[in-house]
Amino acid sequence: MSESYCKDSCCETVVEAVNEQNVPSVSTNLELRDVMGAIKVRCGIGRMNYKVEPGLYAVGKPNCDSLVLVSGNYKLTFDILRKNLVGMNCWLLILDTQGVNVWCAAGKKLFSTDELVNRIEITQLSKIVSHRKLILPQLGAPAIDAFQVSRRTGFSVTFGPVRANDIQLFVANGFEVTKEMRLVKFNFVDRLVLTPVELVNAVKKSLPIMGVLLATNQFAKRPFTKRDVAAYARVVLTGSVLTPLLLPYIPGKAFAWKGWLLGAGWTAFSLCKNKGFTKGSKVMSAGQMLLLPAVSSYLAMNFTGSSTYTSASGVEKEMRIALPLIIGAGSVGAALMLGSHLFGKGK
Amino acid sequence: MIASARHRHLKNVTTLSLDIDKCVGCGACQVVCPHGVFEMGEGKIVLADKDACIECGACALNCPAKALAVKPGVGCASAIIKGWITKSEPSCDC
Repeated sequence: MSESYCKDSCCETVVEAVNEQNVPSVSTNLELRDVMGAIKVRCGIGRMNYKVEPGLYAVGKPNCDSLVLVSGNYKLTFDILRKNLVGMNCWLLILDTQGVNVWCAAGKKLFSTDELVNRIEITQLSKIVSHRKLILPQLGAPAIDAFQVSRRTGFSVTFGPVRANDIQLFVANGFEVTKEMRLVKFNFVDRLVLTPVELVNAVKKSLPIMGVLLATNQFAKRPFTKRDVAAYARVVLTGSVLTPLLLPYIPGKAFAWKGWLLGAGWTAFSLCKNKGFTKGSKVMSAGQMLLLPAVSSYLAMNFTGSSTYTSASGVEKEMRIALPLIIGAGSVGAALMLGSHLFGKGK
Repeated sequence: MIASARHRHLKNVTTLSLDIDKCVGCGACQVVCPHGVFEMGEGKIVLADKDACIECGACALNCPAKALAVKPGVGCASAIIKGWITKSEPSCDC
């Protein structure tokens, strides 16, 4: 940043504009409540309403020559961005993405050309900075037409790195983005932090069904046991946590297949171990063998939405094959299990 | 690169297409693509890794020559199911 570019008079204008608009200063340090908030939304608690006010924010002591970084108003995004700006003096232009992260918001056209153009006007950005340059997160590009932004506002758009922790290096490199910075990854930790939401959602959907089934235990010939509940819990864990974690190591490409494979393996193993095919009710065992892997398969298929490398065409193709099989196997399996549960005998 | 190469979904499904005659070789698509689909050839872009495309639509939107076309969408099963049920465009709750 060239100090000489910023004349004193211009900085006075900045101070005036900042005071007039009440531009808040934000810290680059996260507090305990930010960390707790992040843990909560990662577990799916209040995730849809974790927002900051859209508008302009100041990091450090920015002046009319300072960088303008654009982002969305999901607080998790906002926090990750600001903690990576230690020591920087810059402006944050936060768009109203309705509390959705930048990439998904771009997919929903919330992080968009129109919203950016509007927010530049509302914040009167052109009065605050003397340059005409915006740094946008690359993952906003699906709904940001850089040429149109430039035409409509006079601000040029530079797509910065995918990850906020590359911003400092990107700036130090003279706004050069390396190929590495451009690529979306999906490593073990990336997948790990996404699994709690999957698990919480799966458990939420499962509890009512479990409740009904355990209630029917009163008059069933073959009541469900703790072992049955554990077998179900295992496939829920397999589909929503284990498959995502082991994703690149499980053979095959389709998510539903990967989830089925692990679920079937685990179900078969435990049925063999408990002599489900020999001593126990064969109908119940066959039902479990059909239904339980279908559950983990379905849950794994749902992880396509969290993954970073699936296309709509790809997922649709996968679903057209997998979904009828999941529904078919699941229905037959459930019917066998219910039949054995209500009218059968044995363990 | 090894980590991203390990993740592969289905092949030959993307709706991405390039009209090479219209390409002006500006490289905007290469800049916005999060999966390294494009490489710069001799004055024109090349679809170097088409199967990595996730149909986010960033390249087509930012192509000044309208040389790229793709049907953008979300690669998300629950969004697609919701779209089928409500007979609308797929949209997730994320």
